[in-house]
Amino acid sequence: MAINTRAATLPAPSRLALLRVSGFPIIPSAILVGIGLLAIFAEVIAPYNPEIGTLGDRFKPPFWQAGGSEAHLLGTDHLGRDVLSRLIFGARVSMIVGLTAVLIAGVTGTILGIISGYLGGWVDQALMRLTDTWLALPALTFAIFLAAVVGPSELNIIVILGLVYWTRYARVIRGEVLSLKEREFVRLAIVAGCSKGTIMRKHILPNVINSAIVIATLMIGVVIISEASLSFLGVGVPPPKPAWGLMLADGKKGMMAGYWWLTVLPGCCIMLMVLSANLLGDWLRVKLDPQLRQL
Amino acid sequence: MRRYIVRRLAYSVISLLLLSLTIFLFVRITGDPAVLLVEPGASKADLEQIRKQFGLDRPLVVQYSSFISSLVRGDFGQSFYYRTPVLELYLSRLPNSLLLAAAAMILSLLIGIPSGILAAVRVNGWWDRVGKIFALLGLSLPSFWVGLVMILFFSVYLGWLPSSGAGTAAHLIMPAFALGWFFAAAHMRMTRSSMLEVMGSEYVKLARLKGLPERLVIAKHAFKNALIPVLTLAGINLVIMVNVAVVVETVFAWPGIGRLLYEGIAFRDFPVVQATVLLSGAMVVVVNLVVDILYAVIDPRIRLER
Repeated sequence: MAINTRAATLPAPSRLALLRVSGFPIIPSAILVGIGLLAIFAEVIAPYNPEIGTLGDRFKPPFWQAGGSEAHLLGTDHLGRDVLSRLIFGARVSMIVGLTAVLIAGVTGTILGIISGYLGGWVDQALMRLTDTWLALPALTFAIFLAAVVGPSELNIIVILGLVYWTRYARVIRGEVLSLKEREFVRLAIVAGCSKGTIMRKHILPNVINSAIVIATLMIGVVIISEASLSFLGVGVPPPKPAWGLMLADGKKGMMAGYWWLTVLPGCCIMLMVLSANLLGDWLRVKLDPQLRQL
Repeated sequence: MRRYIVRRLAYSVISLLLLSLTIFLFVRITGDPAVLLVEPGASKADLEQIRKQFGLDRPLVVQYSSFISSLVRGDFGQSFYYRTPVLELYLSRLPNSLLLAAAAMILSLLIGIPSGILAAVRVNGWWDRVGKIFALLGLSLPSFWVGLVMILFFSVYLGWLPSSGAGTAAHLIMPAFALGWFFAAAHMRMTRSSMLEVMGSEYVKLARLKGLPERLVIAKHAFKNALIPVLTLAGINLVIMVNVAVVVETVFAWPGIGRLLYEGIAFRDFPVVQATVLLSGAMVVVVNLVVDILYAVIDPRIRLER
């Protein structure tokens, strides 16, 4: 509260100033934007084609180590592919999979949560039993099962992760709708003769969208780790596509020989991205929705 | 009380049915299940035979009821690779998984509870900050990467610990830590918030007013009550641990059910994959039921509420 009044008394409270005052996580956001830019402009930035290597240049270390060269700044992998280029293109895979899967899960979960909470009755019962069952399935095991059934591809992984994680949204959103529908403005809308569809769309949805955004930000990390795990196990993004999880699986082959960069670097990328997303999510949670602080 | 238990039991049965239905339908919607059930590289005649044997040409309802009845009898099919019943295989791997989960759990509690208490007693002190970073990392690092980096450091460079396999206590250290860090972070957060809540309560204030030394207040009055939610969480997490260990077990070649699932995928051994997922889900449903009932036994408010 004190923070808000201070921000309001600033001479010309620009939006940026407001963000700084309220502890906006600048570094994590910058990292996420940076990874996003790398993903978008991968073709321009990456020095080599990430999927084609020179077998003569296998297992070259990063440039600061003996045997490394400026030609491959972060070394090469077991097929002589440039690690830096693969990491840059890997950002694209993680970004696409992470954001799309979270979006699919979010839209599905929010819609079902609103319907379940607002309509109540047997619809609510049926949807919540389904949600409970899907929550009972260990997410990763379930995703592995689905991936094993439909076969690995980038699109399949997105759909699968969306299918696995929508339940988290549905649960929270439903709870909020239950209390929202007792509020005056919803009752007035009923009296005014709005249809159920209109009420859910125009009166309930705008009030739960904040929570959905908070859950989405916190889910990005979970989804990215899941994608990396699936790729690592060989049921995620199929090779030779450069995904960070896949790079870790490849890196395992050279680990015993001490080729550390193949294991450490992709993991650092995953860590940076997940950590940033989590920090941003934590900030958003406190900022947008005090009720979710306990989450 | 009896009504409550009956209702929870009914919910669990419904959950189990939905679980099997989900798995059953996914296999059939997404393609030809005969292709999954037949061994890789089988001929057309083999496919036909499998279709007949499993009744895949019959209506879905009939197929589902026979699927359920074989599950109830404990028949999860035959592994293509090991040529043994899948249930047998699963049960032979389960002790290893439980051992790993138990070790990781003990580690996570040993780290999580004391650090959570310290963080709560000195809120915003340096320990609280270190703890926050530890928790944040634990929740953000992929467990299998922690495992890989540990292998790189402790096995490849230092040569202190074996990088894979099972058998001795030394084999257990790295997988237990890789798996346990995430949960240590979760338990620490829970201990901290639970302690903070208890420390603000009336009886802790009273204990202070009585003039008890702070150490006794924390140890005797606050800690004991703060422990309940942490232990509940730990109980549920133990099952989750068994199930999320897939990647860690793969990294360390630990012969548990996670590794079994991985082998099932790698060898295209579909019965193994299906059974592992079904049994994992069933395990979670059953543990949730037990927790719910235990809660009702402890707390009368819950069983009267619904």
